[in-house]
Parts: sequence; C-alpha cells; structure tokens
Amino acid sequence: MSTVSLAADKATGPVSTGPAVSLWRSIPIGAWLGVLPFIAFALLFLIVPTLFLVSSAFVDRDGNLTLQNIIDLGTDQVVNAFSISIRISAASAFFGALIGLAMALAIIRGRLPSAIRSTVMTFSGVASNFAGLPLAFAFIATLGRLGLVTVILRTVFGFDIYKSGFNLLSFVGLTLTYLYFQIPLMILIIAPAIDGLKKEWSEAAATLGASRWQFWLYIGFPVLWPNLLGTLSLLFANAFGAIATAYALTGSSLNIVPILLYAQIRGDVLHNPGLGAALALGMIVITACANVLYIVVRTRAERWLK
Amino acid sequence: MAEDFLRIDKLVKTFGGNSVVKGVDLSFRRGEFVTLLGPSGCGKTTILRMIAGFERPTSGLISVEGKDITDLAPNQRKIGMVFQAYALFPNMNVGDNIAFGLKIAGMPKAQREARVEEMLKLIGLAGYGKRFPFELSGGQQQRVALARALAPSPKMLLLDEPLSALDAKIRVSLREQIREIQRELGITTVFVTHDQEEALSISDRIVVLNAGNIEQVGQPFEIYNKPATRFVATFVGTLNTLHATVADAGAKTVTIGTTIATIPALPASAVRGEAVALTMRPEAVTLADRDIMLEGKVAEVAFLGSVIRLKVDLGGNLVNLDTFNDQRTPPPAHGTSVRVGIAASDVLVLGA
Amino acid sequence: MIARRFWAWVVFGLGAAYFLLPLLATFIFSMQMRRDRLTFDAYLSVFADERFQSTFTYSLLCAVFAIIVGIIIVLPAAYFVRLRLQWLRPVMEFITLLPLIVPPIILVFGHIKLFNSSSILPLTNSTFGTDVLIVCGYVTLALPYMYRAIDTGLRTIDVQTLTEAATILGADPIRTMVQVIFPNIFVAVLSGAFLTFAIVIGEFVLASLLNRPAFGVYMQNVGANRAYEPSALAIISFALTWGAMGVIQLLDRFAPRTARQA
Repeated sequence: MSTVSLAADKATGPVSTGPAVSLWRSIPIGAWLGVLPFIAFALLFLIVPTLFLVSSAFVDRDGNLTLQNIIDLGTDQVVNAFSISIRISAASAFFGALIGLAMALAIIRGRLPSAIRSTVMTFSGVASNFAGLPLAFAFIATLGRLGLVTVILRTVFGFDIYKSGFNLLSFVGLTLTYLYFQIPLMILIIAPAIDGLKKEWSEAAATLGASRWQFWLYIGFPVLWPNLLGTLSLLFANAFGAIATAYALTGSSLNIVPILLYAQIRGDVLHNPGLGAALALGMIVITACANVLYIVVRTRAERWLK
Repeated sequence: MAEDFLRIDKLVKTFGGNSVVKGVDLSFRRGEFVTLLGPSGCGKTTILRMIAGFERPTSGLISVEGKDITDLAPNQRKIGMVFQAYALFPNMNVGDNIAFGLKIAGMPKAQREARVEEMLKLIGLAGYGKRFPFELSGGQQQRVALARALAPSPKMLLLDEPLSALDAKIRVSLREQIREIQRELGITTVFVTHDQEEALSISDRIVVLNAGNIEQVGQPFEIYNKPATRFVATFVGTLNTLHATVADAGAKTVTIGTTIATIPALPASAVRGEAVALTMRPEAVTLADRDIMLEGKVAEVAFLGSVIRLKVDLGGNLVNLDTFNDQRTPPPAHGTSVRVGIAASDVLVLGA
Repeated sequence: MIARRFWAWVVFGLGAAYFLLPLLATFIFSMQMRRDRLTFDAYLSVFADERFQSTFTYSLLCAVFAIIVGIIIVLPAAYFVRLRLQWLRPVMEFITLLPLIVPPIILVFGHIKLFNSSSILPLTNSTFGTDVLIVCGYVTLALPYMYRAIDTGLRTIDVQTLTEAATILGADPIRTMVQVIFPNIFVAVLSGAFLTFAIVIGEFVLASLLNRPAFGVYMQNVGANRAYEPSALAIISFALTWGAMGVIQLLDRFAPRTARQA
C-alpha cells in the first residue's frame, strides 16, 4: 500500500479532487494556518502581557527577584482597598443574584404574558453592558442630592433620605448602582437553567402529593443550586474588576482596588511599577479563583442533567 | 353504576377555539387495564391529563369511587403517573426518588426504606437504590419511574406513552412487565399509546379515539375482528379493501370483477348497482380453497421469518395476504399467478 | 395558580421600576438645561460640541478596525477548529474566557508594560503605534463575544456537513469558506460586529490609560465638568447600545439554520 492511501485511510477529512486538497488528507497544515493568526494574537495581546505583568510583580526597580512588592500589599491603603472591593463585590453579587433569581423565576415560571420574557431578556442584554459614566449619571439623576426619586420622596412623602444618612457616593450607593448590571447578568445566565427545570418534574412531584413549596425545597432549588453558586461567583468577579462606573460616580474618593491600580498606572502616586503589578496579581488571583469556581460548579451540575 | 371505579361524563376540553376533546363518556372497573389508543392529536393525552388534574375540563365530570374529583388539585388525587420522558428527579438517587411520595406523606424513615426495597424487588432492580438516574438506561429509568408512582399505593395508575422513548426490544419486555405488575397489584390503570400492537397485547379493554371522539370501546379481540368504523379498522391492524358492485341486494350478492360472491355482512340498505367496499384482514386472505375464489398475480413478497406477507394484485385490487411460514413450502415468487380464497363470513362492509 | 401570578407581577413590577426609573430620571434631567421648561438643549449642546464629534468618530473608526481584525482572526480559527482540530476546542474556550477573567484594566496595564519604549515592540512610542495597540486591546476585550457569536453561527449551520458536501462536489477549502460558509454565517458575524461596536463605544479604561481621544474618555470629561450634558450623553449612549442590541435580536431572527441543530 502506498503512503498516500494509508494517509487517506487515516484521515478524517472527505475524499476530493485537486492537488491543493491533498493537504486535507495528510497533516492538516491548512487548518493550522487558519488557526495561526488567532493563536498569535492571543499570545501577543492576552497571554504574554498577563504573564509579563504577573512576573514583574516579583521584580524590584533594579530588576532583581523579590517578594517585596507582595509584602507591600500589606499596607493599610492596599488592604483597605481590597477589603472594600471584596465587600462591594460580595454585596452586589449576593443581592444581584437574589433579585435576579426572583425576576427570572417571575418571568419564566410566573405565568406572565410571553412578551414580558423576551422584553426582559433583551433589556438584560443591554443593561448588563450599561456600566460606566452613563450608569453613574443615571443614578445621580435618580438618587443624587437633586435626583428625581430623592426630590419626590422629600416633597411628596416628606422623607429626606440624605438627612437619614444615605449618600449615593458611598459603599451603599455604589453597590446599588452596580446592581443595575449585576441583576441583568444574573437573569441572562440563570434563565437557561430555570428553563431546564422540566415541567414533568413538577407534575411528577404533584402526583406524588407534593405542594409547590415542597417541589422547590426537594427538587427545584437543589437542582438549581450549583448554577446559583456558580453564577454568584461570576457576578463577584464581574464586580471586582469593574472600574468605569466607580470612577464616574465617586472619582478616586472610594478606594477600590481597580481605582488604586488605575492611579498606580497613571503615575498619580509614587510611580512604583512593582506595586502596581502586585496589585494586578492580587486582582487576577481573586477573579481567577471566582471564575474557576464558576466553571467547576457548572460542570458538576451539567453531569446530573444529562 | 355502583361498580364503576372511574367515571368520565361528557368530558369536553377546548383550547382557545380548538376543541380537543368533544364530549367523552367512559367508565372503568376496579383493577382494569384500559388503553386509550389513537393517532397524535386525538385527545388521548388530554383526557389522561384531565384525570390527573393537570388540565381543567372545559365541561364535564370526573369521579373516582363515586366522588367528584374534577376540581381537586393534582397533588391531592392519590394518583400515580408515569411520563414518556421518565421525569426522575436528577438530584436524588433511585431510592430517594422512589421514597419521595412516601416522604411527602410523612412515612417514618424505617418504613420508607422497607417499602423502597419492596418496590425495587418488584421492578427487578434490587440493589440499585444508591444509583443516580443519569447512570441508568432508558428502560431502567422507566422502571424506577413506575416504582416511584406505585410506592405510595395510589388508587389509580396513569401511564402517558411510557414506552415511546425506548428501543423496540425493551418496549416489548417492559410492557409485559408493566402488565404483570399491574395484575399482581390489581390497580386500575389507564394507559395512553398510539401503538396499536402495544394496546392489543396488554389491555383488558381498548378505547379507540379519533379527533376528540370515541370511535369504539371494547376488548382487543372485538376491536380487531369487529371494527365498528372504517377508522378503527384501518388504524388497528392492516385492512384490505376490495371494490365490488351490488348484484342482488335481496340475495346479498356482489360482483368482484368477474366473480360473483355472497356476502352475509352486506347491509339491508344496499342498492343494486351500488359500489361497495369489501374489507377483510390479511389473515382472512388465503392461498387455500374458500367460498370466494379470485385470480391474481403476486406483486410483492416479504419474508418476515414466521410470517410471510404477500401483496397480491387481484385485477386492480391490491390485497395483503398474511400466512405462516411452512418449512416444506417456500413462498411463491414475484409475478406468479395464484388463486386466492376468502371466507365470505370474514368479509366486513364498512362505511366509506 | 392565581397567587403565583400575583407575586410574579409584583416582582416584575418592582424590577421594572428599579430599571426604568433611572432612565426616566436621566431623561428628565437631561431636558432641564433651561430653568423654566423642558428642552433638548443639552442634546444640542452635546451634538454641537466638536469634541463629541471627533471622539465619536475616533471610537467609531476604532470599532470598525476592531471588528475587521476580530473577524480575520476568529473566523478561520473557529472554522478549522470545528472542522479538523476538534481537540483544540477546550484551548480556544479557555483563551476566549481569559478576557472575562482578567479585568480590562489589568490587560491594558500588561500591554503598556510589554509595548512601552523599552521593549522590543515599542508601540507606545508613536501615536500610530498606540492606535494599533488600542485597537488590539479592543479586539481582545470583544474576543469572547465575537468568538461565541461566530462559533454559534457555525454550529447552527452544521459546518461539518456543509463542508463535506462542498468538497465532494469539487470545491477547494478557500472556495468553500468564501462561497459556502461565509454567506451563511454572515448574520452571526454581524451579530459579533455589533457587540464589538457596543463595547468599544462605551470603553473608558483602555483609552484613558493609553491617552487616546476616545468617546468613553470624552464622556468622563464631560461628566466631571458639566451638569446637564452628561445626562444627555447617558441617554444617547443607552440609545446606541439598545439600538445595537436590537439589531442583533433582529439579525438572530434572520439567521439561516439547517434542520439538524447540534
């Protein structure tokens, strides 16, 4: 047997004519050429910069290996920033997940007109991208000192939220603002999972005597739980890395990690590239952990639902 | 009637402007295995779901043991149900799935476990208690679904095309198992299917439905050999049609091509010269001598093992002929001329 | 049944209020530039602003280039991985997940470090180089979305079977890609393009740190210095994103599908 026919036996590609197409049969060179630009781009603009950045966290100004930058992360300012960032991310993730779940359940299993579901899904697609200055200003116009809701509450209900201690430019205010893209993100991700709750399961449970609460307690939520946990993780990572909204809303006054890093890069403070890199490393570790948790939990959940 | 276990009176269901169930009356005796048989869209599943409580009838009554359950919630009807898509709870193992109804009813743990063991033995899956649904085959999952439905000792068992999603071989063995278990427990069962072989093989009675109406109710033997309407005759089993003309209405004779035959089943309303359709089952058509003899040519031969299925062209009429395999005689070849014999008493005259 | 529907409406109503109130408030605020009545003056001011026009144009151009580059690198890769190099799929999925794991601010920090004046490829030394860098940055940010859009398109039209059919009829790989595959996933590609556009228009961090006159930077500047114009900008930005998403939804309905879906 000639080598050509051996290759033809082994190849998974279809049989065809033409000299250029003999490439199909042997090594898929053509395929590799097609994938090359992508790999090259990913290496150059994604993988290498990240690795380079991460490695420079372990290098001091003179180029020697050091752990000093990591140690410098222990300063009050940095620890404080991480603390605030983690708390805002956790708060916005938790409430975003809770409210998002409630809304998703309402539009999918709440027997509402089907037009509502598609409208909410489209809106969620838009709103989850609505971060940054536009969002910040939308909330200033709503809950700022002269915001619409603030004014209405004061004039119609006689209730001045600012006198009661509320301030939009604060932890609570920022969390509230972050919910605007966290909730839609939750709805988008959890909707398919809720769809996956087969109608037959609730019907079978009913024939076995279970009430709606018992269905959710024993079957509904246990099945959804991995997805919920995973999405919570994703929302956390999403909030942790967000900067534009915070910057627009609170300037540099609220000390969250991305803003700290931003300042470092801009050189607003003592230009300490090693510290900046260490900050970046810290951020990556946190978001990576959250995302890995998301992936692991999702895969386990999918195993059940074959 | 006092002995009715399940009664359905003038049941009607309309979806929007669409009438899916058009006034159905049925009564089921205790311990009976009744099949609702019909093509898709005939309303059989809708009727089942109304018995279960998942659809509310537009009008009509459903009563069990004399009590009206039409407005009762599904989780209070004490009915076991098995679905086409198994519907086992994916987050629980086999044992927990089977025990679910018992847990809801408040049975103590030890008793539950004993009952689960009992059910697992009943379905032939003893020792599978700790497995999860995704580890089981389709047939095994369906058996667990059956055990789950039967564990709380329901009054009735409803099965919605439970075998349609399974492989052919499993379908046959599982339907026999279902029937065996049903007999052993003596539980009233309503079975929905579109597969007439399934219906014929395991039912006590069959209800044939078409477009929301009942066409015929009866035992399998009756339904097959004495179909009340043309629909039942063609839907259940194969039916042959011979076109003939009435010769003498009084003597009940007709002409089939050039042959004259006497058909006892010819209705009194027949008119001389009228065209009639003579129908008979494939096994009523033989290669032996009978009252009516017709000449023809073999158009197709299908050797199916124990059964030989021939298609014979009788001067324009094409008939199916089923005969058993005879080891000594090979089936006739394609194109052979044959003489076909039909007993006049096997011929039915059905409406168009 | 009825209780369920009631609570569903309550939840939906509260959610709708939370999401619609800010938009309403912003819109009203943006019309209040003149003290006594509601006008579109803030919008006129914005549109007349020369910096609005120049930064919007700049970002638009960046978006166009980012879309083109994105398609060039993603399309062949997604196609060949689906067709011949299936084992690379997990690698591809991982790579496209990275921009979601690594926050944009860190990505651009990495770019600055890697491509600054003391590196082999000193892109930041020149304006043109920085423009190249920012476009590549945008491509990276949009990568997950572009890949998902194109990959879904390829899956929906069952690329494997189409390619085999074309090849057996005598077509070579290039002709197959150009005449058979591309026309059928055009809608998916367009979908990815609009997503990229939406991302680029609103993007702030990359442009700010690389000092380029992008729309996102302009918006932040206006936000810091003016009162009513930012609200108008917010509404314009929202309308743009909604418009882009709306087009994507529309496109999804016109996407070709083969009968068998994977």
